Amino acid sequence: MRPLATITLLLLLLIAVASPAPAAPSKIIILATTTSTQDSGLLDLLIPLFEKESGYLVKSIAVGSGQAMKLGERGEADLLLVHSPDAEKKFMAAGFGVNRRLVMHNDFIIVGPPADPARIKGAKSSSAAFKLIAATGSLFVSRGDNSGTHAKEKELWKGVGINPEGEKWYQQSGLGMGQTLGVASEKRGYTLTDRGSYLAMKKNLGLAILVEGEPLLLNVYHVIQVNPHLWPRVNGAGALAFADFLLSPKGQGLIARFGVDRYGAPLFFPDAGKKPESLGF
Amino acid sequence: MELLIQGIIEALRLIVTLDREVLSITLLSLKVSGLATILSVLLGMGGGTALALSDFPGKRILVSMVNTGMGLPPVVVGLFVTLCLWRSGPFGFLELLYTPWAMVIAQCIIASPIVMGITIAAIQNLPPNLRLQILALGASRLQLYLLLLREARLPLLAAIMAGFGGVISEVGAAIMVGGNIKGQTRVLTTATVMESGKGNFHIAIALGLILLLLCFGINYLLTVVQQLERPR
Repeated sequence: MRPLATITLLLLLLIAVASPAPAAPSKIIILATTTSTQDSGLLDLLIPLFEKESGYLVKSIAVGSGQAMKLGERGEADLLLVHSPDAEKKFMAAGFGVNRRLVMHNDFIIVGPPADPARIKGAKSSSAAFKLIAATGSLFVSRGDNSGTHAKEKELWKGVGINPEGEKWYQQSGLGMGQTLGVASEKRGYTLTDRGSYLAMKKNLGLAILVEGEPLLLNVYHVIQVNPHLWPRVNGAGALAFADFLLSPKGQGLIARFGVDRYGAPLFFPDAGKKPESLGF
Repeated sequence: MELLIQGIIEALRLIVTLDREVLSITLLSLKVSGLATILSVLLGMGGGTALALSDFPGKRILVSMVNTGMGLPPVVVGLFVTLCLWRSGPFGFLELLYTPWAMVIAQCIIASPIVMGITIAAIQNLPPNLRLQILALGASRLQLYLLLLREARLPLLAAIMAGFGGVISEVGAAIMVGGNIKGQTRVLTTATVMESGKGNFHIAIALGLILLLLCFGINYLLTVVQQLERPR
């Protein structure tokens, strides 16, 4: 029976080690957010500091803005940090969220292969660039995942009156921003990205910034507390505490300095208390 | 090529310096998948032995279902476990989603059919007269089970290895039900996906190598146990 006894011993040992203690429910905050805030590393900086200060435990789920709002609609998350303003307004109007506040912004950029087959570098606007990409049939890699970036991209296509769905040169990755940038780089395609994700990944990409600095390309992040009156399980107090932390002078200072040491430029610009209309280039 | 070498160097550095974050991620992988394997061994071997030794109408269908379950796609399991554990789902009141326990549950569902399927085959492969002989010597039902399991220990250890290998390496369910939360549910596979998404390929390679080493270590241990007493 020696082998069986040895296994039993091993198994018992494993059980002894394996006892992750769950925290008290009211101390848990579920934050549904975008892949850009996670892939850039911003949340890894903010969350531990907040947890230490407040005693809450933040579970951040990195999904696209669209999916984040779907989770919010069902009360599966307590707090949203998203960047899809039109969808956010609908979300608020339907009463799913409370207290939507501006946190920070950066901007979208159009990146592509440095050889630039569609000659969009120096194009006057993003719409001119999109028209050139479509006219030359150059590969465009879309997120295709209902994220905030995807929503912005669809808005831009709509603005120039082109429906790229189904076109041969238009491919949807269905992945997060980081991975989509990787796909675009490998396939020498164009894509729309937030500047933060691009800067964070730049060293591994063969992609250059081709179009930037247009008011239409502003990328604005809001924090929304999921309406606690709709769902008894939603942690309203915790959501408020983390939202307040993001907007506090300390949180805003951390956002302003984030990335400066590693990328030479901030990835996000803090905007607490400002109006979205006041932002610009 | 340069990236690959860089990754291997990074892996060695992380292992040698016992990087705290990597260590905690590795331990969590081991705990979650280890516990899931233990539970699936209890369920799979118990159920598999009972199923192999009994005879009833519909047994073939049931065994076919178990065998199909051996190929359960982890993402599908992840999806169903997520829906069940949602706050609005049937088990939402347990508040288990995005905890290591949710990952244990999902991985247990993935590994149990694997262990059970191999157990059924192993027990059925024993000489049929063995069972009669053991019973004739006056063994109780439990003693019969234990003796049969002992006789079939070589394939049964392979079942444990297959079950463990299936769950330690899966990422679909772990990322859906765990959420890849830093310090709580981030395991080797989900961290690898995230780091490669972030473009930190050298860390992703390092995590991948650690995962391989871990798998090798556990399987080596199990193989040593398996080969300790070769049946004559």
